[in-house]
Amino acid sequence: MDLAQGVQTVSFIILTIMMFSAALGVVLLRNIVYSAFLLGAVFVSISGLYLLLNAEFVAASQILVYVGAVNVLILFAIMLVNKREAFPATSRNILRSGATALVCIGLFTLLGTMAISTPWSMADQSGVVVEGSVIKIGKHFFSDFLLPFELASVMLLITMVGAIILARRDLIPEEEAADLRETDTYQLQERPRELISVGDNQSEE
Amino acid sequence: MELQLEYFLILAAGLFCIGIYGLVTSRNAVRVLMSVELLLNAVNLNLIGFSSFIDPVEIKGQVFSVFVIIVAAAESAVGLAIVLAIYRNRNTVDMEQFNLLKW
Repeated sequence: MDLAQGVQTVSFIILTIMMFSAALGVVLLRNIVYSAFLLGAVFVSISGLYLLLNAEFVAASQILVYVGAVNVLILFAIMLVNKREAFPATSRNILRSGATALVCIGLFTLLGTMAISTPWSMADQSGVVVEGSVIKIGKHFFSDFLLPFELASVMLLITMVGAIILARRDLIPEEEAADLRETDTYQLQERPRELISVGDNQSEE
Repeated sequence: MELQLEYFLILAAGLFCIGIYGLVTSRNAVRVLMSVELLLNAVNLNLIGFSSFIDPVEIKGQVFSVFVIIVAAAESAVGLAIVLAIYRNRNTVDMEQFNLLKW
């Protein structure tokens, strides 16, 4: 085993441990702010695994898109709905999570045995001279994947408009807006919509 | 010990199962979205592994994974907007209380 292979193996093991512990922390920790930061750790270690797999462009875009955009967006959402609430207990909570864990372990066993037992048709990596993956991906994007590439940009535009429309507050004009203006306190000229609660409807009717 | 395709596949399977567990059991809606991101990352890891070991010349798996990243970014933006809208209407992020569409 030469030096490069040893470095690869050691970094693979370190990244694996990092990724699994951070992912378990995302799912199991009580405080959701810690989960959001651990999600960033998961993304960074997955980007390291991409580097081990000779995918520099995807590793860079993983850092840019996931750590830079998605994780920050999740943190913003956590800050916007920041309400420490104790969720009301449901019945048979332990049974539910136990059954889910059992199903997940079974799925992992199934996928693991499938991955090991299938004879994958490996390409021989010996004589292959690979040009940079950035050049290769660029050629793919502008030749045989041109239509999905353009559609992706249209989809991002639609997503932006849709997210703004969904997250916008409904403007409800206040009747007492005139006398509010005379006080010193600044208030938004809008308020959230009246709460809809299912349980109260039946008592009103 | 040389790096094999199977290691990466098992890694992705483990990440996928953790994501499924979080998706089913968590009560907070934002944590559900975080679990969905874990699932998409597991799929991406599979795609990159296959493209590196089986198709190292025409790396089409990496192209696919870039598209998955694009869709995941769009999904998280719309999903978090929906979470904010639900929070304004119901004043909670508990998944058990989002039962307006329940029969």
